[in-house]
Amino acid sequence: MKKKLTTVVFRGTPEQEEKLIAAIDKYKGVKGAMMPILQEAQSIYGYLPIEVQKIIAERTGVSLEEIYGIASFYAQFKLNPDGEVAVAVCLGTACYVKGSGQIIEEVSKQLNVAVGSTSPDGRYSLEATRCIGACGLAPVMTINGEVYGRLTVAEVAGILEKYR
Amino acid sequence: METVNVKINGRDYVVPANATVLEAARAAKIDIPTLCYLKDINEIGACRLCLVEVSEGGRPFRMVTACVYPVTDGMEIKTNTPKIIASRKMNLELLLSNHDKKCLECVRSTNCELQTLCRQYGVSESRFQGATNHYTIDDKTPIIRDNNKCILCRRCVAVCGKVQGVGVIGANDRGFDTHIASAFENPLAATSCINCGQCIVNCPVGALYERDDTEKVFEALANPDKHVLICTAPSVRAQIGECFGYEPGTDCEGKMVAALRALGFEGVYDMNLTADLTIVEEATELVGRIQGGGALPMITSCSPGWIKFCEHYFPEMTENLSTCKSPQQMFGAVVKTYYAQKMGWNPEDILFVSAIPCTAKKFEVGRPDQSAAGNGIPDVDVAITTREVGRMIQKAGIDFRHLEDEAFDAPFDIGSGAGAIFGATGGVMEAALRYAAELILHTKLEKVDFPEVRGTEGIKVAAYKLGDLTVRVAVASGTGNAKELLNKVKSGELDVQFIEIMACPGGCVNGGGQPIQPAHVRASVDLRAVRAAVLYNDDSLNNLRKSQDNLAVQKLYDEFFGQPNSEKAHHILHTSYIKRGL
Repeated sequence: MKKKLTTVVFRGTPEQEEKLIAAIDKYKGVKGAMMPILQEAQSIYGYLPIEVQKIIAERTGVSLEEIYGIASFYAQFKLNPDGEVAVAVCLGTACYVKGSGQIIEEVSKQLNVAVGSTSPDGRYSLEATRCIGACGLAPVMTINGEVYGRLTVAEVAGILEKYR
Repeated sequence: METVNVKINGRDYVVPANATVLEAARAAKIDIPTLCYLKDINEIGACRLCLVEVSEGGRPFRMVTACVYPVTDGMEIKTNTPKIIASRKMNLELLLSNHDKKCLECVRSTNCELQTLCRQYGVSESRFQGATNHYTIDDKTPIIRDNNKCILCRRCVAVCGKVQGVGVIGANDRGFDTHIASAFENPLAATSCINCGQCIVNCPVGALYERDDTEKVFEALANPDKHVLICTAPSVRAQIGECFGYEPGTDCEGKMVAALRALGFEGVYDMNLTADLTIVEEATELVGRIQGGGALPMITSCSPGWIKFCEHYFPEMTENLSTCKSPQQMFGAVVKTYYAQKMGWNPEDILFVSAIPCTAKKFEVGRPDQSAAGNGIPDVDVAITTREVGRMIQKAGIDFRHLEDEAFDAPFDIGSGAGAIFGATGGVMEAALRYAAELILHTKLEKVDFPEVRGTEGIKVAAYKLGDLTVRVAVASGTGNAKELLNKVKSGELDVQFIEIMACPGGCVNGGGQPIQPAHVRASVDLRAVRAAVLYNDDSLNNLRKSQDNLAVQKLYDEFFGQPNSEKAHHILHTSYIKRGL
C-alpha cells in the first residue's frame, strides 16, 4: 500500500537530534549503513518525518529522495507517528475472512483517520497489521496494546468511545 | 585483453572475458532488445526485455537477463528462440497493461522505445486487463513528469543521481504502488532539480518531456504587430538535422536558418555572436579579478543548469560565478535595449525567442534580474529546445531536407569560431583563453588552439604560461563531475583561477533539449563527440577565430556599451544569483 504522508506537526527535541547525530556518525564511512541509521532514527523519534530524513541526508550526503525511497519501501519504517490512541486492525488471513476489512473501514470512518495515518492533532492513528497470532479471536484489533476480539462492526463505535 | 569463446545462435565468437552477454551479442552485431539498460549508467536487469537462453558447462539452457549476465568460456547463447520471443512479448504486454496507451497524442510517438518494441513483437495493447495506476502530471517546471507513461526502468533516476549528482527523483513505495517521484511526493518545483533535462533525453518513453512553448511562438508569428525574432545557440545547428533523419553530427546551419525564416521570423540571428560578447565581458572580468583581486577561481555562468546547481549545492560559491548573463540572455538584453532603440521599436512589441539545446534555459528566462529593458520586460520571452524547433518546422509543413542554405540576418549574423565551440565542453574555456591571452600579452595570438581543454572527458585541468603569469584552469561537464571538481577546489587539493562548468555531460551538444536518440544509438555513438566535431569544424574553417575580432561585437561596444565591463555593460549584460541551499 502507498504510504501516507503525515499531517502531524513535528515535535522533535534537541536531545533527540543529538542522539540522531550520534547514531549517524557511528556509521561514518560504513557502506550500506542507511538501514541501521533509519532503524535507530525511528527508535529515537518513533517515526521518520521529513525533518529527520533531512538531517540524515545532510549528514550522510545521501540524497533525500534516496532515503525516502528506502523509508517508503520497507513496511518497518513509519512516516506517521503513533497516535496517543494507536489502533491496529489485523488483516491477516483468518481475521480478513472473518470480516476485519469492514472493521478497519468502520474504525477509519469513526475516527476520521485514513488507514496508515495519524490525525493531524496526533490523537489517533490507525494501522493495518499482519497476523498478530490471535486467530482464535478473529477478527481482532488492538488499541494501545489491548486486544479486542470477535468484533462486529456494530461494536466498534462503543469500544472507541472509551478512548475519546 | 583476455578473451573467451562463446557460441551465439550456433556460431562461434571470441569475446572479451569481462563482457556481459548483451555486450558480446552486440559486438557480434546481434541486437538484443533493452528498455532499462543504459550503458555504464543503468545496468540493473529490471525490464526483462533482454532475456536470452544460455547454457554453461553443458548444462541445460536457462533464461537470464543479457544486460547483467557475464559471459563464461564455452557458453552457448541463444537470443531468438520461440520461448524467448514469447517471454519478451509477454513482458511487453504486462508493461502495457499498466501504461497510458494514448500514443496518438504522445510527444514520443514514433520515437518511443516501448512503441518500437511492441511493433516489432506484434503486441496487442489489450491482452491483460486489470487495475491501473493514475497519477497526477507534475507540470510546474520546464521538466514535465507523467508517471502514467512511466515503465519504471529507472534510467532517469540513474542519470539524475549517478551522472548529475542531483538525485531528486527515485522510486517511492513498493510493488504495484512503485512510482518515480521526489522525496515526500514533493513536486519537482519544490526540489533542488536543476532543469538540466538529462532525464528527458534518457527516458525511453513519454514519461518525461519539456514544457511545450511553441504555441506562444506560433501565436506571436501570426500577430502583425509583433517583431518576432529568434537566435539559435551554437549547438542547435549540430543537432537539428537529427529531427529530420540526418545522422548525428550533421551540420545543418544553412537549412536551419532557411527553415526559421520560412516559419516567419522577422530576424534569424546567430547566438555565436553573443557567445563572443560573453567572452569579451567574462574574460575581462577574469583578468580584472586576477589582477585586481576578486573571488577566485572564477566560474563560467553560461549554463543555467549549472547555475541552479551552484545555488543549491554550493551556495557559498555563488561569488565565484562570473556575473555575466548567459549568451541567450545577453542576446535578448541587447535586442531589447540597443537594437530596439536603433530600430525605434518599443521593446514590448518584440517577442524574442531563443532556440537552445537546453531545458534549463526555459527556467532561466523567468529568473529575476534578467530584464535589461526594465518594466518587467524579460530579456528573452520564450526559449524553445531543438526538439521544439524541429516540431515547429514539421508542423508548418516545411520540407527541411530540401531547403537551400541561407545565412543569418544582419546585424547579428557574425560569430567567431570561438563562439561556435561554446556548445562543447571546454569550448568556453578555449574561447576565453584566446581572448585573455591577447589581453594579458598585448600581442596577437599566433596559435589559437588549446587542445588540452578539448574532448569529452568529465574533468580536465590545464595550465598556461602567459608572460609572467601562469593561468591554471579546469573544465567540468556534467554536474556530478562539477561536484567532484569543486570539492577538490574547496579542500585545496586543486588550485585554479578559472573554471568552466557545463551542466550536461559533454556540454550543450548533449543538452537536455537535444533530439532524443534511443539507448542503443547512445551506446554505439558518442553523441557528445560527433556533435562537438561539427562545432570544432566550424571553428577551424572560420576566418574569425577569436571573439575579440568579431566586428559585430566591436560595433556593439563602439555604438552602445563603450568598454567591456563598463557601467552600461554591467547594467545590461550582467546579473546576480540566489543562495538557495538544499
